[in-house]
Amino acid sequence: MSNLEPTRVLDLGSFKRVAFFGGIYSNHLALRSAIDRAQALNVDATFALGDFGAFGPHPDRSVELLRDAAIPAIQGNYEESLSSQALHCHCGYTDPQDNRFAQLSYDYTRENTAPEHKAWMGTLSLQGRLMLGTTRVLLCHGSPRRINEFLWRSTTSTAFIEKLLRDCETDIIVCTHTGIHWSRMVGPSRGIVNVGALGRPANDGKTHVWFATIEQAQGDMVTAFVPVEYNHEALAAEMESERLPPEFVETIRTGYWTTCLEILPAKERAAGKW
Amino acid sequence: MTLEVPEGRTTTFPKAPLIALDTLWLQVAGTVCNLACTHCFISCSPTNHSHEMMSRREVERSLAEALPLGVKEFYLTGGEPFLNPQIFEILEALLKEGPVTVLTNGILILKRQAAKLGALSESSDYSLDLRVSMEGFDAATNDPIRGAGTFDKIVAGILNLHEARLNPVITVSGAMNDAGAAASRERFLAFLRGLGLDRPRLKIMPLLRLGAEEKRTRGYAAWESLQGVTLDDSAARSLVCSSGRMVTSKGVFVCPILIDSDTARMGVTLADGLRPFELSSRACHTCYVDGLSCRT
Repeated sequence: MSNLEPTRVLDLGSFKRVAFFGGIYSNHLALRSAIDRAQALNVDATFALGDFGAFGPHPDRSVELLRDAAIPAIQGNYEESLSSQALHCHCGYTDPQDNRFAQLSYDYTRENTAPEHKAWMGTLSLQGRLMLGTTRVLLCHGSPRRINEFLWRSTTSTAFIEKLLRDCETDIIVCTHTGIHWSRMVGPSRGIVNVGALGRPANDGKTHVWFATIEQAQGDMVTAFVPVEYNHEALAAEMESERLPPEFVETIRTGYWTTCLEILPAKERAAGKW
Repeated sequence: MTLEVPEGRTTTFPKAPLIALDTLWLQVAGTVCNLACTHCFISCSPTNHSHEMMSRREVERSLAEALPLGVKEFYLTGGEPFLNPQIFEILEALLKEGPVTVLTNGILILKRQAAKLGALSESSDYSLDLRVSMEGFDAATNDPIRGAGTFDKIVAGILNLHEARLNPVITVSGAMNDAGAAASRERFLAFLRGLGLDRPRLKIMPLLRLGAEEKRTRGYAAWESLQGVTLDDSAARSLVCSSGRMVTSKGVFVCPILIDSDTARMGVTLADGLRPFELSSRACHTCYVDGLSCRT
């Protein structure tokens, strides 16, 4: 009983310390700050885990930043959908209210992403593999078995993580898609890291966003979640001038999620305001 | 009974693969319930012992089998789970290993039980969700189905959970007219906000025309069948039976709906249930066509 889909996997090489960017959601101002911050941390390389667009304004700006900085990237569900001319983002929501906002977000992003960038998205791999010292790391967007699977801290059992690691023949799984960062080690140098998102705050009432670094230090894996401050007021103003939903703007200004709430598990939802 | 097969269809039923054992369903209360709802698809009642309650030991046996298989989450149902005298011990054991959702009518959740549930939730890294079933905005719509006086008691249970900082998911079935319509949904959410639930959560379930519901309205018609249907990957993946199994006191069943069907019993242990299932039950039509997911 294996549940892994055949997939396109990119071999990314071998490193000591790397940074991972989760969903960018068109937050080009946070992405600019994150690129600078990662450079300041002297990482060997930075990787992007998909969902460059959504939610925020001017989606091409984030894609151009990523491509100019030559940051290796894999597809998220947005890139998969945009590059295949899909009419929906395939985020994986099940509630009508969640889907209504997801569609507003996707329609805006689809209309405002250049064909050349959509074509580039279609060339990206679905997953990547790299080595951190002797530790095998698998990069994916949602989960190794499904691009839009939500892996939340409070609903991902340790038994399930163990199974994914076994099935994927890897030591560490790095993912995003939920928008809230967390990690759990299930053994020495074995575990999962959800790197969170650069696109919107982590539903904690703070306006900053997050990326993650992982390094091998003294024979063990060390994960650090890095807060990224950026000019969130400037982003909110851009979103307003693009007539994006006021609910999205409120999230950027307050740090609390106002949409796509029904997909949140009980604990993650209780941490927010709505 | 002879089925007419539309032109171009085969006479076989599709098979749903078990892609992964993500969800372990546990019929902890068996078919024993404090209510006898007129739409219950397994006809639960105070006197229905066709499936007995599960002891903590039985639950732990299933848990021990499920963990190496990579189980992701647990769902507890019945009957009414809070009739099980060991329910809190069962919850404590499961919450050490993964997230738990309990399907309840809420009536037995008094302030003391709600406080215990709140404490269990607080002390676990995993989410504890309570899913409370009701049938309408008022006693006039709810009570004819769930029993006289139940509306007020269900609302009291919901408020007790809210007070204990648990935010229950309210489940409404298709027994409430137009439950699935957008306007009904908004009206129900407004009703829940009116109760004081500031972040109301709502799940609407289609009716299953089995058990008591067959007598209340009707059973499945001959055309409600998956005979000849080809199941693509996406459809297979969305079925509850492609990612979970149900354990009751009688053994392992393919899903939480078909525990009264002999053909849906897959064996004694979870290992017996790790195989595809032929979707020949009429209720499979509801899952496939209406997109029913028993998960929250």
